[in-house]
Amino acid sequence: MKRARINRRRSEHHWSKSLRRRLSLRTWLLRHAQVAFDSLGRLYRNWVSSLMTTAVLGIALSMPAGMYLLLDNLDRLSGSWDGQASLSVFLKPRVSETAAATLAETIRNWPEIAGVTMVTPAEALEEFGQHAGFADVLGALEENPLPVVLLVTPGPGHGDPQSASELQQKFRGLPEIELAQLDLQWVQRLAAMLDMARRGVAVISALLALAVLLVVGNTIRLEIQNRREEIVVTKLIGATNSFIRRPFLYSGIWYGVLGAGVAWLIVEISFWLLAGPVQHLAGLYQSHFALQTLPLQLLLVLLGSGSALGLLGSWLAVGRHLSAIEPS
Amino acid sequence: MIRFDNVSKRYPGGFEALSNISLQLERGALAFLTGHSGAGKSTLLKLIAMVERATRGQIFVDGQNVSRISRRRIPYIRRKIGFIFQNHNLLFDRTVFDNVALPLIIAGYRHQEVGRRARAALDKVGLLDKERLYPITLSGGEQQRVGIARAVVNKPLLLLADEPTGNLDPELSREIMNLFALFNQVGVTVLIASHDVTLIQQLDYPVITLDHGRLLHSGRASA
Repeated sequence: MKRARINRRRSEHHWSKSLRRRLSLRTWLLRHAQVAFDSLGRLYRNWVSSLMTTAVLGIALSMPAGMYLLLDNLDRLSGSWDGQASLSVFLKPRVSETAAATLAETIRNWPEIAGVTMVTPAEALEEFGQHAGFADVLGALEENPLPVVLLVTPGPGHGDPQSASELQQKFRGLPEIELAQLDLQWVQRLAAMLDMARRGVAVISALLALAVLLVVGNTIRLEIQNRREEIVVTKLIGATNSFIRRPFLYSGIWYGVLGAGVAWLIVEISFWLLAGPVQHLAGLYQSHFALQTLPLQLLLVLLGSGSALGLLGSWLAVGRHLSAIEPS
Repeated sequence: MIRFDNVSKRYPGGFEALSNISLQLERGALAFLTGHSGAGKSTLLKLIAMVERATRGQIFVDGQNVSRISRRRIPYIRRKIGFIFQNHNLLFDRTVFDNVALPLIIAGYRHQEVGRRARAALDKVGLLDKERLYPITLSGGEQQRVGIARAVVNKPLLLLADEPTGNLDPELSREIMNLFALFNQVGVTVLIASHDVTLIQQLDYPVITLDHGRLLHSGRASA
């Protein structure tokens, strides 16, 4: 203890070294917390301009987040489609109804099948007859030309285009089957469109990230200019560049975090506004689809990328403008 | 404490602010730097503060050759020096206490230590009761005393003052000078740039006189 004190006194004259030593980890962390808090306080004191900057950042960040979420929902819609993915399996005309029933029972026991509904020729004919104009045509027929149809619903995990296609191949191999038709084309088209949209969202996200970077950078640049005198004074009384840089970097991080928060709000509100109409539309399609709002994971990504962009933006501004300010 | 060896400073454009200055200020000394305006007083202080670099010659502060120092090391050398400016250079968006505490925070002192030392410095200049006020509410003399408290708060080896009494009346000026004398008595080296000849003549300290960038005289004013 005593020796430590003597050592400390001895090192008074080796300033730069002793100063660095005196800066213990705890003090360092405390300083950082203090600077972070000070920066937040500064944003609060200029709340009007802070709010405007934050709103701009929030809007910019909400676009990619919202579009990503929308795509995610569409993806879910095409991936699950509530058991609507079905195969229409047409049996050969010579297959009797009893044989068809046995076949339906066999297929029902396959592990990848959720359900099989058999439509007899008589039922199919009746259904046709309900369509206006068909009744007369059908009445002219001597016998029922329709085959037995099995409506097959793939089970969970087998509804995606790839598995459904495989299932279709399997049906084609059965001797009783004339035609297995996959009601899948719209799903494949949707998937292709989603792929394209995803690429578009990536491009837009990159552009908006650049916008966030520029907005934060410009805001910090203005702040550096406003505090020019203060920077000069602190440099004269021995502040290192990193000491001067720190509050600006924290401001940048705060802008990013607050912007991400605003973006989250915007997305939540927009999806809340969309939820009603979407539910109505889904109801019309007899679907139980409901919009999924921002999951926690995405919120964390939003906050993370927001603060990272804020930090990077302010770093660029600080690097460019701080070194230009020297006492004179 | 301070040594100039054949130092010249020529600004871009050809104006030579200092020509071939050699001088020495012993540790623990108090001296005045005087001369007409434009004689090079400010330039000389800026060279010591590493704000400007000498064109020729060498400058030593506390044994260190500051004319050769790297930019990264400058902040650490500056912490050995307390600066006092004519216009105080206080930060007006912070309280008196926060202004005085700034050098300690920059140097990374612990929280309790910052409070203790800042209050001690404020006490020395007689402003302890005003620590919570903002500088704008203080008089010119009080603002200058805050500036002095900030300069001495981390016990610098050297105090540099650039026209510290420039905006003050004679009464306040003497008060400020007494403060400098007080710090000098506890071992701080003090260099005060001033053109207030009447005030300098009242006090018996060495005077360095500059004229058009040349050293005119160095020694006691009375001698």
